[in-house]
Amino acid sequence: MTAVHGKGVAELSAALRARELSSVEVTRALLERAATHQSNLNAFISISAESALAEAAQADARLQAQQGGPLTGVPIAHKDIFCTRGERTTCGSRMLSNFISPYDATVVERLRAAGAVMLGKTNMDEFAMGSSNETSYFGPVRNPWDRARVPGGSSGGSAAAVAARLTPAATATDTGGSIRQPASLCGVTGLKPTYGRVSRFGMIAFASSLDQAGLLTRSAEDAAMLLGAIAGFDERDSTSVELPVPDYRAALEHPLKGLKVGVLKEFFDRGLDPAVEQHLRAALEQLRSQGAVIKDVSLPHLPLSVPTYYVVAPAECSSNLARFDGVRYGYRCEKPRDLLDLYQRSRGEGFGAEVKRRIMTGTYVLSAGYYDAFYLKAQRVRQLISNDFEQAFHEVDVVIGPTTPTPAFELGAKTSDPVTMYLNDIYTIGANLAGLPAISVPCGMVQGLPVGMQIIGPHFAEERLLNVAHRYQRESDWHRQVPPGYA
Amino acid sequence: MTLTRSDIEKIASLARLALTEEEIPVYVEGLSRILAMVGELQRANTSAVEPMAHPLPGQRQRLRADAVSETDRHEQYQRNAPQVEAGLYLVPRVIE
Repeated sequence: MTAVHGKGVAELSAALRARELSSVEVTRALLERAATHQSNLNAFISISAESALAEAAQADARLQAQQGGPLTGVPIAHKDIFCTRGERTTCGSRMLSNFISPYDATVVERLRAAGAVMLGKTNMDEFAMGSSNETSYFGPVRNPWDRARVPGGSSGGSAAAVAARLTPAATATDTGGSIRQPASLCGVTGLKPTYGRVSRFGMIAFASSLDQAGLLTRSAEDAAMLLGAIAGFDERDSTSVELPVPDYRAALEHPLKGLKVGVLKEFFDRGLDPAVEQHLRAALEQLRSQGAVIKDVSLPHLPLSVPTYYVVAPAECSSNLARFDGVRYGYRCEKPRDLLDLYQRSRGEGFGAEVKRRIMTGTYVLSAGYYDAFYLKAQRVRQLISNDFEQAFHEVDVVIGPTTPTPAFELGAKTSDPVTMYLNDIYTIGANLAGLPAISVPCGMVQGLPVGMQIIGPHFAEERLLNVAHRYQRESDWHRQVPPGYA
Repeated sequence: MTLTRSDIEKIASLARLALTEEEIPVYVEGLSRILAMVGELQRANTSAVEPMAHPLPGQRQRLRADAVSETDRHEQYQRNAPQVEAGLYLVPRVIE
């Protein structure tokens, strides 16, 4: 029998409902494991042992009374970007290192209502700005496959915690690849839903035309279970879309026969590690053997997605982060001389280097005389990229490519040049710019390190993505690999 | 595109960010590199394209009814404030 920590969401759900395990027993085992591995992975910013055990006891009572739903008593972790009522929510920043949220994010509220138990808050790049988890004020997270390497970012803590079996699943957010890139580097499943599919109320804003909440799990099936709980309209998020939420689990087994898969030419053109490419080709072959029809598609403007993103995202970040002024909440500098000094030093000391770099980039591209040349130009190119995808989806049902150009890199390898770091998101940014759903699933190992396959679909095609990912996972075992020492 | 020290000082001032002496050259270099990379956008022919307004085609920002929907929770919110007195946020004197 699999140890408690080896079980995913679906397995735990079944065991809890059959009363083979109690939620308290599962929660206690995972809390202990999370605490033990904190010193070697640093995956958590806060572990809420006391409240988790209380929630687990409540869940057990409900299960005992046969009132529980599928997620009752299942432990999860939240990325520390989601506000959790009465608990510290830091966003990985000194700016919010003492912030106690007065309310729950909608994602947190919905999982709470579904009976899930919150183990704690996971580490992340500061304000979700980073691709390596090295910008966190609380120190870097380490990749459980090789602790000298990064877990990816910005949801690095969530991905490392799921990979190391500290939690069966974790929430995460994705602005330019922050769910899919760490999923690829840590060997887990990462789903970024369509823009507007999941409410962002209570999710600390980075770039509001790109941000979306999603999940890191051990399988597409687990992601389907959790997405059903967090998706759906919320009047408190003005970008939330009023569409019904399908039963994502019901579509998982749908056969792939006749599915039209587009292989993204631009993703195989430059910079892709040949070993990663080989695994991808094998994965495509596996889908073909299940009846999928593979054809090449071209998105000619996609190579411009990194420069487009690094105008749009910093511009929106400079605006969103203007709210941190040292007055109403957050860090305040010592002994301000006057109001201006209070603003400038509170922000200068409260934000880390990467956040300041992006705020300044954004301030520059929005400043008088540059707005048209940078910001409006980028929004026009963004439209071209979006049109390319729309065109492609007239011909194919999903497009597939790598999630990252290489497996995980070493800590410190890309910190000296911001542009080198930014290029890590070259394959993931397109989906954010066009607001599309995308999923990364493990599809191979390169020198002991996992790599991911990315499946991108049309708007609101999460069912199809989960279906393809699940059918792939039924015939492969890359997603079942456990980092040595964490089995 | 190369920025100068005075460009960075001006941007930092617009962004209300105090930078240390050591940080300035780091941002001169970092932002120059980013802007050079972003300069690639000029290659794209966008003469016939409108700037994208929303990631979902046809979606508009929804407006809610202009009605009170929240209760007064200022005491709870002010627990996160660095300095409060008599229900007011304290800042350094603005008018001498």
